[in-house]
Amino acid sequence: MRKLFALLLALVMIFALAACGQKTETPAADTAGEGGLIKVGIINLDPSESGYRQANVKNLQDTFTKENGYDATFVTAPTADKQLEAARGFITAGVKYILVSAAETTGWDEVLKEAKEAGITVLLFDRMIECDPSLYTAAVVSDMRKEGETAVAWLESLNLPEYKILHIQGQLGSAAQIGRSDPLTEKCAADPNWTIVREGTGGDSWSADEAKKIAQAAIDAGEEFNIVYAENDGMAQGVVEALDAAGITHGVNGDVIIMGFDCNRWALEKLLAGEWNYDGQCSPFQAVELDKMIKTLEAGGTIEGLNDLNQIISEEKGFDAKIITQADIDTYGLG
Amino acid sequence: MSKKKNGSSGLGQLLIPLIALGILVLFNLFRDISFFSITMRVNNSGNIVLAGNLISIIDNASELAIIAMGMTLVTAACGGQDISVGAVAAISGAVLVKVLQGMGGITPVSLLLGFLAATLVTILFKLFNGTLVAVFRIQPMIATLILFSCGRSIAYWINGDATPQLYAPIIDSIGKTIPGIPIPTPIFAVLLMGLLLILLFRFTSLRLYTQSVGINQGAARLNGINPTTVKLISFVILGVCVSIAALLGVCRMHQLNHKNLLVDIEMDAILAVAIGGNSLGGGKFKLIGSILGAYIIQMLTTTLYAMNVNPVNIKAYKAIVIILIVVAGSPVIKRGLTALWKKLRTNKAQTEGVN
Repeated sequence: MRKLFALLLALVMIFALAACGQKTETPAADTAGEGGLIKVGIINLDPSESGYRQANVKNLQDTFTKENGYDATFVTAPTADKQLEAARGFITAGVKYILVSAAETTGWDEVLKEAKEAGITVLLFDRMIECDPSLYTAAVVSDMRKEGETAVAWLESLNLPEYKILHIQGQLGSAAQIGRSDPLTEKCAADPNWTIVREGTGGDSWSADEAKKIAQAAIDAGEEFNIVYAENDGMAQGVVEALDAAGITHGVNGDVIIMGFDCNRWALEKLLAGEWNYDGQCSPFQAVELDKMIKTLEAGGTIEGLNDLNQIISEEKGFDAKIITQADIDTYGLG
Repeated sequence: MSKKKNGSSGLGQLLIPLIALGILVLFNLFRDISFFSITMRVNNSGNIVLAGNLISIIDNASELAIIAMGMTLVTAACGGQDISVGAVAAISGAVLVKVLQGMGGITPVSLLLGFLAATLVTILFKLFNGTLVAVFRIQPMIATLILFSCGRSIAYWINGDATPQLYAPIIDSIGKTIPGIPIPTPIFAVLLMGLLLILLFRFTSLRLYTQSVGINQGAARLNGINPTTVKLISFVILGVCVSIAALLGVCRMHQLNHKNLLVDIEMDAILAVAIGGNSLGGGKFKLIGSILGAYIIQMLTTTLYAMNVNPVNIKAYKAIVIILIVVAGSPVIKRGLTALWKKLRTNKAQTEGVN
């Protein structure tokens, strides 16, 4: 018995130590790609952020494989400084392509210049960076501002007598947050009938728990709101947890309208069940387009169909709980 | 004389937390009496629930209160704190979800098995901490720093899946309310855990052993108590507490987020122990003090929310109040107050004598 106990403890210790070592991945420092593979460095955000990010990271990992002709290194980091560090690592390691989904829209100019001088092709995906378009070759992005505009237009079409909004923002400064926030704040500034009762952020991890706290605070303070505009599904769910605990009804037949973004499968199911009202789509599947671009460039061709900001914009839509079908969920639901 | 001293130390420990709680209640009474209103409402799932700030306080403090109980025991036995409770709770949640996924669905049976597996794993991790503390005599804070820093990564490693969503009636019943019972279930979990510990103290000598090990390890050993065992037991109990809190946390949010599950709870738990008047250096302890401490922390949060303080700024406001509570309970102030009290009484006796 004693020996068994000691053995178990030893196992737990090894287990713990092994996991400690798992924490960070750093770009490998070897130079040339092996066996004619294309060396690619991919910088993304942390998959635990949301179902969207998870689908995005997986999509890239499934596409940029050895079988598909790539020697790809993946770095997932939730903050701008870690991402910049990873980009510098990739430049030193001498990759041919750097693919970036940026945590913040600013602060990339220096690194992108360094990459350009080193002859590295930079492709942006999912999130834009505010810089001179000549610093990157192309961008495969969602038009976040359009997502925000579509959502606000949907809200306007409801013709409610008054709009009292609980606004849960995403990671402040990210393209997704700015694009989804701006149309709403502009509308509220222009229309006296639209007020933001309370505004808060889920933070760098788009945290459902933080969103729940913001909603809890609004409920505790006795503030009345009839719309929840949450900038991703997880945070919308966080608010719903607080509403359920406080006995406030929501959804199609409820007192509070729930709006989310990303179109996770579970969120669309909430729409179908009438517990939420709206979900804005944001496609995480940019890998195919990126793959196509790199193959074109490798063959000596040029990328076509770019706008003046060097972008290719994914087509997206918003879903209304009253018209969503199971077929929509099967086609567009993430995860 | 000695009898009087015992009496005053018994209530004296709870005096500060009770006064703090009283002040908070009075403050809210004068600020806005509707703070205490409780209403019956029907929520989206058609369940009748009690709503109001008081319910919200007692409900939302549940995880903290449960972990504070375990933390009190570890503090008393080891003279130090386990700062890895939040991280290990994430591991516990990850194991729970892993079992649920492995069994292909959420039923009361799979949830029970998942919870038992999670509790077992949590206890093993806590024993890892306990071994470092009790056998290798490492400072508790340093020993538990290991799991504090890598626990959430282990949780991610176990689960892989980033934020799995869990929807089933049984999850609702644990995290929110059981249909037909308007009181939130987590409140019952606190009562249950408290009752279990009280029974444990009532029918075993654990309380005495823990206190003697905390006060003087050498003396305890000479009296035939094995300090290592007592310390390990305190970590096992903390493990059970952490596992229950993790279950509540996961069910409350209908999801497992290894990064955010019970994040920062270790600091609040230590604070609850301190506010409860327990010595962080170990020895004598009062469980009820720590539980009171947990509710005071939550009441403070809810009061600040009700006063329209932004959740982002809340920590700064909380810090000010907590400094006041902790300083008021510090030995220096206590000694000063006792001296003042004695002086007043002698003065009074003298004036009475003159009269």
